Amino acid sequence: MSRRASGLKAWFLQRVTAVYVGLFGLYLASHFALAPPASHAELVRWVASPWVALGLLLFIPILLAHAWVGIRDVLMDYVKPIALRAAAMTLVGFVFLASGLWAAQAIIAVRAFQ
Amino acid sequence: MTKHRPVFLELRRIHLPVGGVVSILHRVSGVLMVLAVPVFAWLFALALGSTAGFETASAFLAHPLVRLTLLLLVWALLHHLLAGVRYLLIDLGLGVDRPSARRSAWTALAAALAVTLMVAGGMLL
Repeated sequence: MSRRASGLKAWFLQRVTAVYVGLFGLYLASHFALAPPASHAELVRWVASPWVALGLLLFIPILLAHAWVGIRDVLMDYVKPIALRAAAMTLVGFVFLASGLWAAQAIIAVRAFQ
Repeated sequence: MTKHRPVFLELRRIHLPVGGVVSILHRVSGVLMVLAVPVFAWLFALALGSTAGFETASAFLAHPLVRLTLLLLVWALLHHLLAGVRYLLIDLGLGVDRPSARRSAWTALAAALAVTLMVAGGMLL
């Protein structure tokens, strides 16, 4: 794959993911700003409801893909030493993967105990 | 690629147009939210895991410094979202001419700040 093709793919991926992240992100932010769950039971009930659980499980990889393309662009623009850039990208990759898996297992566990 | 391209980085002499300000803040806000990703994943799993975890997460989020950081993230989300919608519209060929682009840049910049101030007011009430 040429550099140009990979750049265009990333550019397109960034715009497609932006639409879902924007819409669902806005829903999440307004839910927690306007009607934050007052108890553990209420939070569990909200997360375990099928549409919210599905929306969240989709949100995790789509958000992380969007964030990955964005932070990768930033690192490529500002971190010039190649070893340092590779180290930073590896660290971000691990943190993103760990964050995504950790959040997803919490959702799946809540669904399983319903 | 040429090795010695001209670089002009005298920050005090660069007059960035408003579109440039919105653009760099789109990056800054994105980086801020990236830094928040692991914290939110941890808080979410903690609050969801048990009643005690929910209480710990609530207490953490009630701390004044955390509230201030949340407000910064609210601005980051709003600015990133509004600037992002602006870029999507420009990619579709809407509002590309300079007066429209300037106007939408000012709108995104101001609206994100205005709603952040409203949220700040709501937090104090």
